[in-house]
Amino acid sequence: MKMINEMEITFKAISINESFSRSCIAAFCVQANPSLDEITDIKTAVSEAVTNAVVHAYPLGDGFITIKVKLYSNGVVIDVCDNGVGIEDFNKAREPFYTTKPNEERSGMGFTVMESFMDSITLHKNGKNGLIVRMEKLFKIEDQSAVGL
Amino acid sequence: MEIKNRIYENTLYVILCGELDEHSAYQTRINLDEIFTKPNFNQVIIDLSELDFMDSTGVGVLVGRYKKLKDKNIPVFICNPSLHAERIFKMTGLYDLMPKIS
Repeated sequence: MKMINEMEITFKAISINESFSRSCIAAFCVQANPSLDEITDIKTAVSEAVTNAVVHAYPLGDGFITIKVKLYSNGVVIDVCDNGVGIEDFNKAREPFYTTKPNEERSGMGFTVMESFMDSITLHKNGKNGLIVRMEKLFKIEDQSAVGL
Repeated sequence: MEIKNRIYENTLYVILCGELDEHSAYQTRINLDEIFTKPNFNQVIIDLSELDFMDSTGVGVLVGRYKKLKDKNIPVFICNPSLHAERIFKMTGLYDLMPKIS
């Protein structure tokens, strides 16, 4: 699979940037011709990862979130990176309905939604403490006649 | 997030317009709770036809409202979810609390 484009953005980890970042990444992916459904999948998954970083990564104050995107002719790899407090137990964090903030009406379904809308979600340490959420998605070729199949 | 609402034959209709994410969740909670203090309704229908975007934060907001209304014995129903909202509702079991109606 051939990489067709690459981008990186860094922004403050504040909630108003949730909408900006998911729209930005979705718009960037359009050039690979994914379906509208796939665009919404990406938008939703990015929103979940960015929300997690905004809510959990920086309890002591301001921090930044970086999103790196590698766009291929038939798919995308998105890294949502922070330099925050990290996650102690990756497996626990991914359990459906698990939340460290049960009093804030949070669903605890962020990772479950990401897993459902993307093909692969992996968690990695970012340097000493931070977190990288890597999400991968293959695009389906909808109109096969368009590519001569 | 803009919220339209009206009461018709003891049913409170609430239309969520715009994007429901973590950023808009706080004000959405306050606005919905304010609307729910109105008199003269015995059930709530939340219409999502004008909701452009929702992630799992939306489920937290809806479940929170469900709990408050349940204390007053007022059932809540969902109508017109997008395909993505529907997938999130199904994986979180939200429809067990607030069933979908057409």
